[in-house]
Amino acid sequence: MEITKTQNGTELVMAINGRLDTNAAPKLIAELDQVLVDGVEKFVLDMEGCDYVASSGLRAILGAQKKMNSLQGTMIVKNVVSDVMEVFEMTGFADILNFE
Amino acid sequence: MDKILKEITVPASLENLDTVIGMIEEGLEEADCPLKLIMQITVCVEEVFVNVANYAYGGEAGECFLKLEIETTDEVRKATICVTDSGVPFNPLEKEEPDITLSADERQIGGLGIFMVKKTMDEIFYSYEEGKNTLIMEKSW
Repeated sequence: MEITKTQNGTELVMAINGRLDTNAAPKLIAELDQVLVDGVEKFVLDMEGCDYVASSGLRAILGAQKKMNSLQGTMIVKNVVSDVMEVFEMTGFADILNFE
Repeated sequence: MDKILKEITVPASLENLDTVIGMIEEGLEEADCPLKLIMQITVCVEEVFVNVANYAYGGEAGECFLKLEIETTDEVRKATICVTDSGVPFNPLEKEEPDITLSADERQIGGLGIFMVKKTMDEIFYSYEEGKNTLIMEKSW
């Protein structure tokens, strides 16, 4: 899995490419810990290049949502492919994330 | 009736996740399993294998045996995946299900993996015999 980040002022865009599996999730969590800090008002997670999400990946995404809530910012998940959206729906994540 | 059979024994550690998932994907591809279903089934195998790798041997070394069987008839194809370890007795099916209706801040982090397995698979069986945990998952298409 590859991660690319773009920061525009208070907006941070992170794109993940590849499988968000149990071995990739710690890498994403470490990146999120580093970038989701005071001053980030909007976090956009671009999942266009991600076609596989295991529960460890879901936990990383949930952690990001919780962090943005605590920072009183917003988080948007965009370009989710249909197979991954089904995983979000199955696990109730479709109701707690904001999609674009 | 055609049959595909693949099996592997690996040390129960996350380093072997790619090997395990690779075998499952290969078998499902040989059986012309739709891509979406390959993703769903491999997620389930990952969840079960990761549980074994993280918890079965309490930090000690141990092995995990995985077997994929696919039976094909004119009407239906059925994949049966069997995961066996010799670790502590643990029935993942008895684990309490997460409340998936809670808000992000209330959601707990555990239990999602086996929940996804239960939602995806048609049948799941657990047994503990002769010192071995065996979880069998079935999915037809």
